[in-house]
Amino acid sequence: MTDIAATHPTQHGSHPGGLARWLTTTNHKDIGTLYLWFSLVMFLVAGALAMLIRAELFKPGLQFFQPAFFNQLTAMHGLLMIFGAIMPAFVGFANWQVPLMIGAPDMAFPRLNNWSFWLLPAAACLMLSSFFVPGGAVAAGWTMYPPLYIQGGIAYDMMIFAVHILGLSSILGAINIITTILNLRAPGMTLMKMPIFVWTWLITAYLLVAVMPVLAGAVTMLLMDRHFGTHFFDASGGGDPVMFQHLFWFFGHPEVYIMILPAFGIVSTILPTFARKPLFGYVSMVYAVASIAILSFVVWAHHMFTTGIPAGAQIFFMYTTMLIAVPTGVKVFNWVATLWRGSITFETPMLFVLAIVCLFTVGGFSGLVLSVVPVDVQLQDTYYVVAHFHYVLFAGAAMSIMGGIYYWLPKWTGHMYDERLGKLHFWLTAIAFNVTFFPMHFLGLAGMPRRIPDYAPQFADFNMMASIGAFVLGASQLLFLYTVIKCVRGGKPAGDKPWEGATTLEWTLSSPPPYHSFTEPPQIYLEAPHGHA
Amino acid sequence: MMRRLALTGLLLAPAHALAEMALNLPAPATGIARDIIALHTFVLWICFGIFLVVFGPMFYALWRHRKATGHVAATFHDNRRIEVLWTIVPIFILVSMAWPATQLILAMKNVGDSDLTIKVTGHQWQWEYEYLDDGVRFASLLATPRAEIDGGHPESAHYLLEVNRPLVVPTGKKVRLVVTSTDVIHSWWVPALGVKQDAIPGFIKEAWFRVDTPGTFRGQCAELCGIGHGFMPIVVEAMAPEQFAAWRTEQEGAAAKASLSAQAAANAVLSLDELKSRGEKVYANTCAPCHQPTGAGIPGAFPPLDGSPVVNGAMEAHLNRVFNGKPGTAMQAFGKLKILSDEDIAAVITYERNSWHNHVAAPGNIVEPADVAAFAAHQ
Amino acid sequence: MDTPSPYYQPPPSHWPVVGSLALLACAGGFVLVLDKSRSGGAYVMAAGGVLLVVMLFGWFGTIVREGLAGKLEGQVDRSFRWGMVWFIFSEVMFFAGFFGALFYARQISVPDLAATPLIWPGYAGGWPTAGPGNAEAFTPMAAWGLPAVNTLILLSSGATVTWAHWGLLRGNRGQLTIGLTLTILLGATFLALQAHEYLHAAFSLHTGIYGATFYMLTGFHGAHVTLGAIMLSVILARVRAGHFTADSHFGFSAASWYWHFVDVVWLLLFVFVYWL
Repeated sequence: MTDIAATHPTQHGSHPGGLARWLTTTNHKDIGTLYLWFSLVMFLVAGALAMLIRAELFKPGLQFFQPAFFNQLTAMHGLLMIFGAIMPAFVGFANWQVPLMIGAPDMAFPRLNNWSFWLLPAAACLMLSSFFVPGGAVAAGWTMYPPLYIQGGIAYDMMIFAVHILGLSSILGAINIITTILNLRAPGMTLMKMPIFVWTWLITAYLLVAVMPVLAGAVTMLLMDRHFGTHFFDASGGGDPVMFQHLFWFFGHPEVYIMILPAFGIVSTILPTFARKPLFGYVSMVYAVASIAILSFVVWAHHMFTTGIPAGAQIFFMYTTMLIAVPTGVKVFNWVATLWRGSITFETPMLFVLAIVCLFTVGGFSGLVLSVVPVDVQLQDTYYVVAHFHYVLFAGAAMSIMGGIYYWLPKWTGHMYDERLGKLHFWLTAIAFNVTFFPMHFLGLAGMPRRIPDYAPQFADFNMMASIGAFVLGASQLLFLYTVIKCVRGGKPAGDKPWEGATTLEWTLSSPPPYHSFTEPPQIYLEAPHGHA
Repeated sequence: MMRRLALTGLLLAPAHALAEMALNLPAPATGIARDIIALHTFVLWICFGIFLVVFGPMFYALWRHRKATGHVAATFHDNRRIEVLWTIVPIFILVSMAWPATQLILAMKNVGDSDLTIKVTGHQWQWEYEYLDDGVRFASLLATPRAEIDGGHPESAHYLLEVNRPLVVPTGKKVRLVVTSTDVIHSWWVPALGVKQDAIPGFIKEAWFRVDTPGTFRGQCAELCGIGHGFMPIVVEAMAPEQFAAWRTEQEGAAAKASLSAQAAANAVLSLDELKSRGEKVYANTCAPCHQPTGAGIPGAFPPLDGSPVVNGAMEAHLNRVFNGKPGTAMQAFGKLKILSDEDIAAVITYERNSWHNHVAAPGNIVEPADVAAFAAHQ
Repeated sequence: MDTPSPYYQPPPSHWPVVGSLALLACAGGFVLVLDKSRSGGAYVMAAGGVLLVVMLFGWFGTIVREGLAGKLEGQVDRSFRWGMVWFIFSEVMFFAGFFGALFYARQISVPDLAATPLIWPGYAGGWPTAGPGNAEAFTPMAAWGLPAVNTLILLSSGATVTWAHWGLLRGNRGQLTIGLTLTILLGATFLALQAHEYLHAAFSLHTGIYGATFYMLTGFHGAHVTLGAIMLSVILARVRAGHFTADSHFGFSAASWYWHFVDVVWLLLFVFVYWL
């Protein structure tokens, strides 16, 4: 491998400073930073909405909010977390890491990359300001089902256009990532030698390009039904409200994997580092990710088992859904085998990743339970589902983002984060998360529907427990914010490679890396996949 | 008798302290619900087993293969044999779950040979039941007083899970439900019966159940349907076939009596104060969730009635809006769908026309039940 | 890859932010237009539209200049080709959503409604249909009139653009210019005939699921033909300005791929929307 740490930043004319730098930047690191800060802000905003939800649900009876506002809270919490926090955070990781890990000078389309980011604040304007328009924000759930969605006010149109803009951002971002990975790898880095994080993002980007346009089409149909007299989702004109659900979940299920595959990539990167042992089963990991992605296109109707689809469809989608457990299991088994006979240490990123392996698996198990149609009939649209997708999306996606931040922050800033604060943040998050969401399994089993502003008294105890957990969980994230800011502003110098067991290409660069990292592509001579030196 | 009482007590229990902190699905009342619980338990044990098999070694490694203990990392990074093994074994485990699940799906979908068909219609926000064989038809809506909910102090024994009129079914008979909706998607769900069926506007979806023993079973709407989503419970009362037959006869009698008393009510001329005080109650339960107790509505979502041109305009138009609703919105056809009686409609319209800043000049300020009846006859 | 030339790094650019502002103005303006109680939305939308056009001219102008300066060769050219391929794939998926709606209505929702006498007594289903709650009588679009002519026109335009490409490859700029001009004229004719068809249609967007799927599918296709024709016109202008060589003509390739894509979508439309 060439000595690229010596590469100096090259100047391409003058770079503007101040705000103009961030508005006009074509640098993948700047843009990655923008994505990550944007997602952190959205994470805190959407988290604040969750705090309000849990406050209302602290005990039975309506204490703080009328149902109309409560429904806005649940819908906007979901939409902002998914489109504002989780997805942009992973794109931020892709921006920072993909060029560094494949030895590319930048993303393939640097200007387009800037646009992909700056579309997000435009969409966020539409979404956040919708709280203040007459009628308030969208209150029909993040799934936007008609005909309820058709009944809504002006905010519902704002959300449709926000989704269009977000979709454009995702598609352009994904095309950029795919092209970067396919065309800008350093000489010698064949596809099967790419770091696993890059693999997971290649497949994620492919999913994005495939499904975001379908969502754009579906919300366009909503707009037409709302204002232009079409009957896509209206039985009297030959349409069907359930058709929206098919279109939505054709997007929505791959979307779930869009939010979890990069998390798999982060886990598969961090675990070997702190086990000081190569990732077990690299090839089967790649195949597992690919088969999850392919299967994700044929499982969508498992979100619709109670809509009255025929028995044949229920059985087909149950089988395909169960099949996803096989490649997912392979990944978990590989992770455990990676740990086996390693030389393990427990820095903050490792703690997060170990928690993810356990908690994501719990989410996987509840997913398996939900795949069984007769059981799903009891659990669909209950708190069991809420528990399930928070185990997958908070413990899987959001915690992998946190782990990834702690892992790469030294590289990005040149400073070590405060290990003591990091560990405190981890333990608070992991414990409070379980206090919040584990009881929800029982609530769902006992028969509490989701998205209700008030509930019968027999659900009171677990709800109170969940609310207390949620408040601690929310407060802990302020500690995260503090720890990140502290690290950005200063700290112990990280050195080029703070992690003994790290093997990927970015650790050969200085910390922080030069503004243009690999202006000369490094020559890669590897026998095995990257990280298997 | 004792046994039946004890059983009934057990089935009623979920609403009481007995079942607080419940950890599992509610006690089943049908064969299907029982099978679902068995299947769930089976799948849960499989998950538990896998959890031990996977995380046992993991925690062992985390304990024994720490750097702190001086453990030196091995270098292996694959093993074809074990990888094939852990790809294939799960498939067999999945088949063991899929097989009973498939059987149960087919049983749940088999709606043939039913003894009784009931049409279930979801409205924003109540359920309407129609016994298709003999035309008995009524609306079932939340009985918990609004004040208790807004006051934040639940007192009722079945807070949010009680209705004015439950769905009554015979035990031991196969009851087929044909489920639909007139506005948005709702979902008819009673856990103890093992039935959850979305109500899709414009389409009929079918489900069935056969209750073993008499009892009262409670459920809720399970699909987000707007601001009243948390407030449209379902109560099913199962009784022995003889009692059910008696109930049916009673309904026919009641229907006849109701039509008589409706006739009487329609002919009755009520005073402004009588209408207003009755209308205030109807308004609080039926209209206030959207149009708000102050009549101010929610801007952008639900129009105000205070100062509304419809409320202050011609009586005919106001009556039409309440009787026929407004398609595409949460405003129900309260008269056409028989959600409110003629008397209630007259009362609530009179209340609206004489409340807040609305002072419609006489005689347009009073709507009598007879006016509503005349309007209905004209439809 | 013995001597890798450095991958071109564009300098900072203000065009993306301008584009975001333009789209925000378009969206915000459209919201105001839809909210009938407010005014001024059309102006905001128009301002957004103008800004968007300015942005497209500015951004693509920059790229053209960079291309002429030889900065976009080799690896960068390959990136552009990958990018365009994946962009077209995303467009394919957009149409797939609407075709999905069409197939769902024809195969699932309409037959289901016809089998629901409890709610829709007397509804027989069949295709085309305005739906069970919509008594409107209408005449569906016949396939073997104008639509068949349009199919021929679009297929010929696919051939002329390929012929133009051959001209470019052989360095025959006359053939290139004529081929492109013919393609654009055929595209314009197609659009004129579509407009004629719309104006004389015996049904509307409100004609149940048939009207909805017909107008949304053909409408979005027409919008894509328009976009493709604009792209080809820009390419023609660039050809007249002497741009493109036999081995460096990504812009031409991208526009022609896009043109072939709208061609294929039309064939599917012709079969599933007009004919069957």
